[in-house]
Amino acid sequence: MLGLGVDRLQADINRLLASLFHQGVLDEHFLQLQQLQDETSPNFVYDVINIYFDESEKLLRNLRLLLMDREFSDYKKIGLHLNQLVGSSSSIGARRVRNVCVAFRSASELSNRPGCLRGLEVVEHEYHYLKNMMHELFQLEQQRLLAAGVRYPI
Amino acid sequence: MTREELPNLAESKLTALVVDDNFVNQSIHQKLLARLGIQNDVVCNGKEAVDAHCSGRNYDLILMDMDMPIMNGIQATKRLREMGIESKIAGVTTRANEGEKKEFMEAGLNDFQEKPLTISKLLSILHKLDFYVQT
Repeated sequence: MLGLGVDRLQADINRLLASLFHQGVLDEHFLQLQQLQDETSPNFVYDVINIYFDESEKLLRNLRLLLMDREFSDYKKIGLHLNQLVGSSSSIGARRVRNVCVAFRSASELSNRPGCLRGLEVVEHEYHYLKNMMHELFQLEQQRLLAAGVRYPI
Repeated sequence: MTREELPNLAESKLTALVVDDNFVNQSIHQKLLARLGIQNDVVCNGKEAVDAHCSGRNYDLILMDMDMPIMNGIQATKRLREMGIESKIAGVTTRANEGEKKEFMEAGLNDFQEKPLTISKLLSILHKLDFYVQT
């Protein structure tokens, strides 16, 4: 019975990941992240993704503050923040976030303020969707670990 | 490439410095190097990389990001070469048009790779810079 719990949870994890890859939310760089996790860093994926969340939320806050300022004209700063977001999103395999950041960056390069505001909303939407999916994935993995622990008591 | 197929370069005692202001990239680049058995340190910008060398530290390989605050990768590479640092320096950056890439290479790079860095790209850098012979 307990074994079935672990198997069911693993199937749920596999299904969620397959869906995220199919939707283009994640790409092969997320697989690399998983492959880098090992006995010396058993929480590597969780740790790196949380660093990504911390960094991204600071950058998104800064972008919103810049664009909400009526006197705003520093598109170069927008570009620098977006380069950071594109870079870290690419590195963790967050393909859709990366792609919408690239589109946002194009608007900033044209000094297109309405385009930037729209771009920011799209990036925020994609980012929050990714974050929710990652939380769901981590919860499932935590449940699976607990179920496996119950199955093999010391 | 499976873990079993990856070369372990620990015996060669190679050392590397990761120069990047992005904490996600720092974590991933350090882990990629560690996976190949390469001891490594990390700094957050070009000035810290220069300061590390001024304090006497030396590395076989430097993975240098281009866009960083305080001192960027191009400035840092030029400065390190002016100091006589002969370490192999590989530029790694998210995007660079041909002009930016040329400027970065002319600053004194030995190699250049686009991010995201992967095991394959890192092995390509090591192979090109003669740290690793593919069998």
